[in-house]
Amino acid sequence: MSMNNVFVYIEIEEQQIADVSLELLTKGRELANTLGVKLEAVAMGKNIKGVAPELAKYGADTVWVADDEIFAPFRTLPHTAVMVGLIKQEQPQIVLFGATPVGRDFAPRVSSALHSGLTADCTELVIGEHKDPKTGKEYDSLLYQIRPAFGGNIIATIVNPECRPQMATVREGVMRKEELATPAAGEIREIEWQPMVKDTDLAVRIVERHIEERKINIKGASIIVAGGYGVGSKEGFKLVHELADVLGGEVGASRAAVDAGFTEHERQIGQTGVTVRPKLYIACGISGQIQHTAGMDGSAMIVSINTDPAAPINKIADYAITGSVEEVIPKMIKYYKQNSK
Amino acid sequence: MAKQVPDTRNVGKDAMTSEGTVNRAALAAIFNPEDLNALEMALQMKDSIGTATVHVLTMGPQRAADIIREAMFRGADGGYLLSGKEFAGSDTLATSYALSCALRKINPDIIVAGRQAIDGDTAQVGPQVAEKLDLPQVTYAEELIAISEGEITIKRRLERGSEVVVSPLPAVITVNSSAKECRPRNAKRVMKFKYALATSEMAAADEDTKSFIEQRPYLHIVEFAAADVNPDPEQLGLSGSPTKVKKIENVVFQAKEAKTLTAEDADIESLMVELISSHTLG
Repeated sequence: MSMNNVFVYIEIEEQQIADVSLELLTKGRELANTLGVKLEAVAMGKNIKGVAPELAKYGADTVWVADDEIFAPFRTLPHTAVMVGLIKQEQPQIVLFGATPVGRDFAPRVSSALHSGLTADCTELVIGEHKDPKTGKEYDSLLYQIRPAFGGNIIATIVNPECRPQMATVREGVMRKEELATPAAGEIREIEWQPMVKDTDLAVRIVERHIEERKINIKGASIIVAGGYGVGSKEGFKLVHELADVLGGEVGASRAAVDAGFTEHERQIGQTGVTVRPKLYIACGISGQIQHTAGMDGSAMIVSINTDPAAPINKIADYAITGSVEEVIPKMIKYYKQNSK
Repeated sequence: MAKQVPDTRNVGKDAMTSEGTVNRAALAAIFNPEDLNALEMALQMKDSIGTATVHVLTMGPQRAADIIREAMFRGADGGYLLSGKEFAGSDTLATSYALSCALRKINPDIIVAGRQAIDGDTAQVGPQVAEKLDLPQVTYAEELIAISEGEITIKRRLERGSEVVVSPLPAVITVNSSAKECRPRNAKRVMKFKYALATSEMAAADEDTKSFIEQRPYLHIVEFAAADVNPDPEQLGLSGSPTKVKKIENVVFQAKEAKTLTAEDADIESLMVELISSHTLG
């Protein structure tokens, strides 16, 4: 029996395992070790049994599989039904989901069906003690679900003392993924899903589907030049692109710049965008609201260009240049070209 | 479904205390942005089915009636305010339960909501309401393609790409910010609905206003107290919330030693030379 283990939902798109699922396995392995329990992965899709070795590398002791065409592409109701059925059957104490459109679509539904709590977009997960302030009841090892709230202006630690499982979602890129030196067993177990899925769970039909190649890859970039509202216009963003091209980096943006229509949503960095940890982050005309810095303050080096020397971004910057984007960027390009040969 | 939220997107210097934490009182209360996208999609449904009506359901304090009036200015027919101290301290699950009780009473054919609210960013309430009502859900909706008596066709956003789905009705649809922006206020509607009041607001109004609204039922925003929606009290508020907040920390900007540079050529050149020689660049 696998009572009280740690479960990770594995997201698969066209036989590819999502990075966030591997990141969650790495974190799940750590939690399972602390708790002295097993780590189990749950994979649903079509022709996916080949994923088990990969999941074992990242720490999965067991890989639960539901392999049928009703599970691919993802639809809310069949995935919910199987996840709920398996959780009832196996009674894990913790279940983790990626905070992707898929995880954020069906994890809330799973939590509602099980009447247990779900904390969205956790940035940290830790096992710790808890004493209920009202009842005085003590708990040894609860999952601390730590997340920014209120637009990133506060950090809340959430616990789920009485209901099981304790569930959380985590955004891609927030946790590190790490292969184990010796892979875990990765033993495949088939989910007996047929009794879990009702006919009405298949009522929503997908009639058309377009997957776009990911054109913009800011997550993997080692150099990011990011523009904020202070860049001023779509035109101004061309300068940001120019600097990124010269330095071999990618272009990122703050939410304010995206909302103002200066650039694409895919470039948004921050709590509601992508989390990045590049070697170098050049913030152009970004004031540095927590909303944004939450997604980039892990950068190894931060250079800020801002007309306001008191901009909050300067408090986390290594170099703060006081000046306008139009004046500074051409000079950076010029002196980079002069000195890099 | 819509929510009135503090405007957390614009936490400027004015809203920061000297300790670097947020002064919530300085934040304006606004119509949650994606709920406006949802309102637009609901109004489009009404446009394509002439006989349909659009009502806004919100849970919150009395002042949340503001967003119902705002929705009426933009095209909604009316609204419901779910309000009461029993709902205080609700997490997403208890919130969804309370809303689902109100929806059972209202019994709509389609429920449309924003994908998420900017004060929590959880995106949980839509799917949880759908589960509580045992309805299918379509999340990340971007475009209404077609709607008929028993079926809705929606284009929805995927992480990479998009898909078109057909769902039977009733269903819960949650709408993405990439969907069509909400139509603006209509001047005639503002004139018509500016006196609309929720029940508790009416109680506080003078006699003339009361009789004015009583003669015009379309100006009455229905207000539900907890008891009106027949909930299981155990599932409301704090007792209905499995998640508990253990600790709240205000985020304080940690100042670190930044080297300050000017925009002069000499400063920029020395920075670029330093970045190159430290192999940060190249």
